[in-house]
Amino acid sequence: MSPVDGLHRESALGLARLLAEGRTSSEEATRHCLARAERVDRELGAFLALDPEGALAAARASDARRRAGEARGPLDGVPLALKDNLVCAGLATTAGSRILEGWRPPYDATAVARLRAAGAVLLGKLNLDEFAMGSSTESSAYRVCRNPWDLARVPGGSSGGAAAAVAAELCAGALGTDTGGSIRQPASLCGVVGLKPSYGRVSRYGLIAFASSLDQIGPLARTTADCALLLEAIAGHDPRDATSLEAPAGGYLEACARGRAEGPRGLRVGVPREYFVAGIDPEVEAAVRGAIAALAAEGAELVELSLPHTRFAVAAYYLICTAEASSNLARYDGVRYGLRVSPEAAGAGGELEAMSAASRGRGFGPEVKRRIMLGTFALSAGYYDAYYARAQRARTLIRRDFEAAFARCDVIATPTSPIPAFALGEKQGDPLQMYLADIYTISCNLAGLPGISLPCGLSAGGLPIGLQLLAAPLDEPQLLRAAAAYEALSPATGLRPPLASAEGAA
Amino acid sequence: MSARELQAVIGLEVHAQLLTASKIFCGCETSFGAPPNTHLCPVCSGQPGVLPVLNARAVEHALRLALALGCRIRRRSRFARKNYFYPDLPKGYQISQYDEPLAEGGAVELVLEGEPRRVALTRIHLEEDAGKSLHEGARNLSRIDLNRAGVPLVEIVSEPVIESPAEAAETMRALRAILRCLGICDGNLEQGSLRCDANVSLRPRGARELGVKTEVKNINSFRFVQRALEHEIERQRSLYERGEVVVQETRLWDAERGHTAPMRSKEEAHDYRYFPEPDLPPLVIEEALLERLRGELPELPLARRLRLMRELGLPELDAAELTRERELADYFERALAAGAPARAAASFVRGELLARLDDARGALAAPVSPEALAELLALVESGRVSGKLAKEIFARMWQGGGSAEAIARAEGLFQESDAAAIEAEVRRVIEANPAQLAQYRAGKGKVLGFFIGQVMRATGGKANPALLNQLLRKHLDGDEGGGK
Repeated sequence: MSPVDGLHRESALGLARLLAEGRTSSEEATRHCLARAERVDRELGAFLALDPEGALAAARASDARRRAGEARGPLDGVPLALKDNLVCAGLATTAGSRILEGWRPPYDATAVARLRAAGAVLLGKLNLDEFAMGSSTESSAYRVCRNPWDLARVPGGSSGGAAAAVAAELCAGALGTDTGGSIRQPASLCGVVGLKPSYGRVSRYGLIAFASSLDQIGPLARTTADCALLLEAIAGHDPRDATSLEAPAGGYLEACARGRAEGPRGLRVGVPREYFVAGIDPEVEAAVRGAIAALAAEGAELVELSLPHTRFAVAAYYLICTAEASSNLARYDGVRYGLRVSPEAAGAGGELEAMSAASRGRGFGPEVKRRIMLGTFALSAGYYDAYYARAQRARTLIRRDFEAAFARCDVIATPTSPIPAFALGEKQGDPLQMYLADIYTISCNLAGLPGISLPCGLSAGGLPIGLQLLAAPLDEPQLLRAAAAYEALSPATGLRPPLASAEGAA
Repeated sequence: MSARELQAVIGLEVHAQLLTASKIFCGCETSFGAPPNTHLCPVCSGQPGVLPVLNARAVEHALRLALALGCRIRRRSRFARKNYFYPDLPKGYQISQYDEPLAEGGAVELVLEGEPRRVALTRIHLEEDAGKSLHEGARNLSRIDLNRAGVPLVEIVSEPVIESPAEAAETMRALRAILRCLGICDGNLEQGSLRCDANVSLRPRGARELGVKTEVKNINSFRFVQRALEHEIERQRSLYERGEVVVQETRLWDAERGHTAPMRSKEEAHDYRYFPEPDLPPLVIEEALLERLRGELPELPLARRLRLMRELGLPELDAAELTRERELADYFERALAAGAPARAAASFVRGELLARLDDARGALAAPVSPEALAELLALVESGRVSGKLAKEIFARMWQGGGSAEAIARAEGLFQESDAAAIEAEVRRVIEANPAQLAQYRAGKGKVLGFFIGQVMRATGGKANPALLNQLLRKHLDGDEGGGK
């Protein structure tokens, strides 16, 4: 088999090697990905937009650099894709919402600019829940996104397009965003690796804000090492983001190598009892407990622990994220960009206020409106203390739970999602059930921790199950070391979804 | 209650644009008067995905003000979002400070009708300005200019302790002088770089509880501070006189009509849904920064005014005028340092210098330096040049005619102080005017002026007036007159 036929199966590091050895070119790899995306994505719905011109231009530029001996590093020429809430200069960016239809950003997100600087080829923009609000990608205003393991099921969300595209081998890696699990949960449901960095590790400049104190950009890929490679490119302080951290970044690929070489020997793995309770799918529990047992069998030390304030996490999260969203989404008023319903069409005397109200009424979908209303209520005079302020106190308690826990262990192991991928439409009428899909992932955002989800098994129905690992803030090296160590043991490593294998065999 | 015993209580909310090169959360320019929407970037136009980064200079300026006004400075303050919709507010919220402002307490010191007053402050905080909406022109068309969006502001809130419109106006003047002296705001009410809103209520004299207040906005000149407040107090007073109640509301001052009109009532008041700004970490002020800023604080206008009065015996009016702008006072004191006598220098600076300057802040760049003025005044002091001719010499110096000495020499403007020469003229004039001499000797003292004029004309105005006076009296009164 010539490398071209199997290029989509290559990891980002695998492609990097092929490029370095001159066995393929960036243009060849890019054309291959684009052609495959054109074919497969009609059904899958992972992309909102492909950018063949931009991608091929970047690929040719990369090839020219390589010929000139000026290749920039392992990502130079590797095709990747971006969740469509990451701003790219000149490329339509919608955040999955009608309200941003037609907006062409005048600037690049810092993470995007860093990928470009590393020479990466950007194939296009990936589907998501509207403004990243959701756990199934069903609230996307543009198209349905399906799970490559079962097209009748959701890919998870909100980075559902990213997880589906990576799982279906439409690209080697992607950037997603994670506010309450939006990278890890779809990674889990699609059987890929998804990493949410510590809050402040990756610049949020150019990430279309949902909940500013929780949002973080991170990679999705098919291997832990690829996630590390992407994180190396995007992590680090950014003067444009006052919440980005000054601490030096890096060492992620070395941490993976160490995990692979040394295994989990001596790793202290915390197992919080609050994460294995009623509501968890028995197959999920079995797979995750199996993963923890596998780590122990290879020399990890298990530490039973309690995170007693876990029960407040969902409530605190949905107060804080909706409060911040209600403010973050105020700028979509039809005045400067995106959808505008003309004052005349808006009626009510054609006033400015009517224009904004009508533009927002038509531009936002029901889930976004629900969250804006919840958040507006939570911040209202007379309710602030009862809701927002108390949620912040709960957040502090949750953070302290983790501080105490990480004094006793190096990483914490939990399920990523209580259930495998659910059917399209199954939870759409029931927001509360949908919100509970985040139950294991949101504490990580509330505490600002790095977290990763990686495949640990398949359900009897052939659906992926994810293991979540959490580490102390800024301890991505420890997290990646543990993840890489487990990856080598996981029964799910190397499994491919039917969609990818069928297409690959074709 | 009898309306006559009502007493006004006024609190001010002052917004001052800080003189920084760039906006408070991005690198855009702040200068006034640029074509609409030219000082704009993704951040200050509120594009999706952008984040604010705090301008350290804006913080320093606000701290300078807080130090100058004796406020307590919070070592850790926080920004907050003030949420409301308006087309010229690009993000749908204003980044301001709410429950943890940069500074609290302090006071504006001022002198009102000769009495020292101290207007206590509640707080000072940093925030960003909004853009401008222009609703005039075509029907159903509003134009938005975002050049001003993101310009740094300090908001200075006073306690409700001001008792009269005159005191409110004087508070504004004192604040403006301080802001300009610190070099942190140009204090232009007309252009809006300094803005004043006032809370006004009435209560029976001696009562502790405050009455229902109205907020008066859109006061854009010092004259209007006083007029708008006088009008609003009268309006409230007549409501009480008629047995009606004051409604808590925001009112706009209409300078053309000379009245205030309701803008929105308490029921329509916004719920701003303040919450801590998650995009900015808490603002931590280091002691070293405060130490440096304290060391850089200039002498404030009022302190300087009082010092000039105390040390130099200057009248209050002179001292107030000279210390209105820091550069003018610097000019004055540099002239003193170069040896100029205080009163003469004060008179020249207030008269000759200010008359020729569009803006007193340009004093130090004037064509006549303080040292050159001192040289001129030394010629007056020594009697070589008359006060009247000194003004003429100053005018030539302004036009680049050289030093006072050189001009006086070239134009022959030195005073005639040679007693013998003047005496010869005196004798000649008396001999030539026997009729006037007779009148004088008959007791018509006024005729002295005639003789002075004659001698002055004959000497081209250069005769030393004191000497001339003495010699004339001696000869007119006879030998025993002796200039007594």
